[in-house]
Amino acid sequence: MTDIAIVAYQQTDAVSDAGAVNEVELIIPVLGRVFEQAGLTNSQDVDFVCSGSCDYLQGAAFAFVLGVDALGAVPPIKESHVEMDAAWALYESILKIRMGHAESALVYGFGKSSPGELPIVLSQQLDPYYLAPQWIDAISLAALQARQMLDQGLVSERDMAEVVARSRNNALNNPHAQLAGEVSVDDVLAEDTYVSPLRKADCCPVSDGASAMIIATVEKAEEWGKPYAVISGIDHRIETHNLGMRDLTDSLSTRQAAEGAGMGQGRVDVAELYAPFSHQEIILTRALGLGEETSINPSGGVLAGNMMMASGLSRVGEVFDRIVSGEAERGIAHATSGPCLQHNLVTVLEKA
Amino acid sequence: MSEEQDVITGIEAPVYLKYNFTAGAAAARFLHQIKKGVLTGQRCPSCQQVYIPPRGSCAACGCPTEEEVEVADKATIQSFTIVTIPIPNNPIQPPYIIANLVADGANISFLHLISECVNEDVHIGQRVQALWKPEEEWDYAMDNIRYFRPIDEPDVPVEMIGKLPVTGWEGSADD
Amino acid sequence: MANLAAVVGIGQTKYTTKRDDVSIAGLVREAAVNALQDAGLTWDDIEAVIIGKAPDMFEGVIMPEIYLTDALGCNGKPMLRVHTAGSVGGSTALVAASHVQSGSFKRVLTVAFEKQSESNAMWALSNPHPFSTHLNAGAGGYFAPIIREYMRRSEAPHDVGIKVAVKDRLHGARNPLAHLQKPDITMQEVEESFMLWDPIRFLESCPSSDGACAMVIANEELAEQAPKPPAWIRGVAMRSEPTMYAGREEVSPQAGRDCAADVYQQAGITDPRRDLDCAEVYVPFSWYEPMWLENLGFAPEGEGWKLTMEGATSLDEGGDIPWNPSGGVLSSNPIGASGMIRFAEAARQVRGDAGAHQVEGAKLALGHAYGGGAQFFSMWVVGAEKP
Repeated sequence: MTDIAIVAYQQTDAVSDAGAVNEVELIIPVLGRVFEQAGLTNSQDVDFVCSGSCDYLQGAAFAFVLGVDALGAVPPIKESHVEMDAAWALYESILKIRMGHAESALVYGFGKSSPGELPIVLSQQLDPYYLAPQWIDAISLAALQARQMLDQGLVSERDMAEVVARSRNNALNNPHAQLAGEVSVDDVLAEDTYVSPLRKADCCPVSDGASAMIIATVEKAEEWGKPYAVISGIDHRIETHNLGMRDLTDSLSTRQAAEGAGMGQGRVDVAELYAPFSHQEIILTRALGLGEETSINPSGGVLAGNMMMASGLSRVGEVFDRIVSGEAERGIAHATSGPCLQHNLVTVLEKA
Repeated sequence: MSEEQDVITGIEAPVYLKYNFTAGAAAARFLHQIKKGVLTGQRCPSCQQVYIPPRGSCAACGCPTEEEVEVADKATIQSFTIVTIPIPNNPIQPPYIIANLVADGANISFLHLISECVNEDVHIGQRVQALWKPEEEWDYAMDNIRYFRPIDEPDVPVEMIGKLPVTGWEGSADD
Repeated sequence: MANLAAVVGIGQTKYTTKRDDVSIAGLVREAAVNALQDAGLTWDDIEAVIIGKAPDMFEGVIMPEIYLTDALGCNGKPMLRVHTAGSVGGSTALVAASHVQSGSFKRVLTVAFEKQSESNAMWALSNPHPFSTHLNAGAGGYFAPIIREYMRRSEAPHDVGIKVAVKDRLHGARNPLAHLQKPDITMQEVEESFMLWDPIRFLESCPSSDGACAMVIANEELAEQAPKPPAWIRGVAMRSEPTMYAGREEVSPQAGRDCAADVYQQAGITDPRRDLDCAEVYVPFSWYEPMWLENLGFAPEGEGWKLTMEGATSLDEGGDIPWNPSGGVLSSNPIGASGMIRFAEAARQVRGDAGAHQVEGAKLALGHAYGGGAQFFSMWVVGAEKP
């Protein structure tokens, strides 16, 4: 398979409410910065564009159509969209490059969740006949999963609090983070229960924001003369929607995706895992068999800021930044979709 | 199964979701102005075209727009349709005319109603002007303009539509 | 450089106003199972599933791939959801093809669907927003002024749209899957039908349908082993442009012209009317046939309507370049699936498997879809012969 180079990555700050900006106003600054980083002007300078967004976050159909207004798409461009996190837009773009129909691509994701009540909105992802009419929100489903973990003795509340405390402290070095601070495990454990057994700190915040990335063939990246990291593998797998049929304490599809992406072919210095709830970081870490040598969520992860539809791509961007800065040589980025980690994507990044 | 069961062909599962919709920064400035009875667009710094209502970017160039430009409440019909079916949740009763209108001083059309006219006489290039609601009813809303109505000015040739200055159309009756 | 890929199985549902005998999952599975049967395959033979549909608000299910995983046999497999407005059925087929053309997969399943009866599409499309004029009168209200501008420019006779409406319904009457079955339709009946969005009459508009369409796409090696003739993918193209910008050509959008030029170049087509044997083109309102005839290069600008009036696009009149032999969007319109149906019907033609609406000896066919404010385009050319 052709290696793919990541040449540039930018994101907005993750904020609880981006205020009176529309989609275009949210996207334009971050696109401007990512083009500048790659030494390009606008989407006319890449061969393909693919985005990820979700209409229901804001309650308006065709959010992505407005996104096209930010691209400078005159003359017309080759462009596509997934109603998924932009990590899957990255996947589609890589296929486009590998089939030889593009040498470079812009990938971006954006979401403005603040206008609605995200956990309630996400309840309408569920089976429309059996589950959605019960309005089971995303936090309650994650709480069911955490309860299984605790009751089976697979985690303790302290283990979960350690994930939160590490996230808050790591996020102190992440200028885009929404939640950061010198938080101790005991501080977290002192918090009240929110949706039993979860504390509010166990749940990611809801954030508005956008992220954007430019990828290219390695030849093109060399031509552009910018520092780059290489995507050596990417794969994603989904599993049953029937929660009763899944082992919620494990993430089989994450392991399958990691195998498909070739994670095991080398050391993993850094892993950015899309774990919207603290116990899910533990599930993912174990499913992937990550050990002491791997720095997990050095950015703070999505517990520090969760830009729906953009955070999966951000995980890739965070690993890219660390490889290009020389902090790491090889790492993985994970993205997820659906209740209780139903659908998972793993990208393996390496030093050029 | 001993008893014969009715076939279930559907269930009612209404979805109610609440959103606090935000207009966007550019649209918010537009709405502040229209509350004062003024139509304000934005000019693209690159191609110089004026967008109304503004969206904060030039869709063609993909660059942010900031310069605010006042446009006239006189406009030209770029095209139109006579609608004979009701719009869901809308009090406007058919038949009514919705038109793509380009205001003098703007380069892109917006959608609005045409009224006080004989529907069959409405045509592309026709000149119209806004009929505003009474000032005390003005809100942050495009429907401060109740509708547009024909005015006694010569038609604009098709190639000139979207290119008129804010000062209006000085075409002669010969056109 | 792209690897060869071909359609080796096609499955559709019967298109109808309301499929109240199946759930959403049942609907997509029906099309998928039909495609697998057509390909002589089982679920285990499929490596990935690529699914498409129009806005989630049509059925009120957010990211429906999450719930449809089980119905489409995806557990443990990759599943991707495409959404590019009305062109989505076409784009989804192209994204599915890219899975194989990139060499990453040997055989994938793609499905597109819409179950419009489970919600109100007119509401979803005209979803009122604060601050706007609330004048959005559905797709017809958007496209009617553009059609009016085409009529002004081309000076086409008033009955071109009526002729297309009749022609596509006569085609649809040959296709048992088509939603509208109107073998006795007349010009007079169309002309006298209710004017919805002047100049668009009721019978010049597409119906609202429930339905799903699926295809199995395989690589060269597997396609050559397929039990039925494959439809080889000879060209793929997508283009997008913004909805509104100053000076935008709305009647014949540049994105459509560029997309056609790209796909023709890949397929070695220099004169589409001569080189292609038929075309399945997204015509939701009858006047879009002459408009797209020009946009896609089948006729010079301003003269597309002449082909229609001469019967060049009609199977029944023995036209040289039948358009929408299946009956097209005017006969069946499950929105999210409509683009894929165009792509699949083009493939059926070159496989020689189109039944009563087969264009005799069809070897090369165009599949076309568009969406948004006629700003998103996706196209493919499929052929009976391997490139």
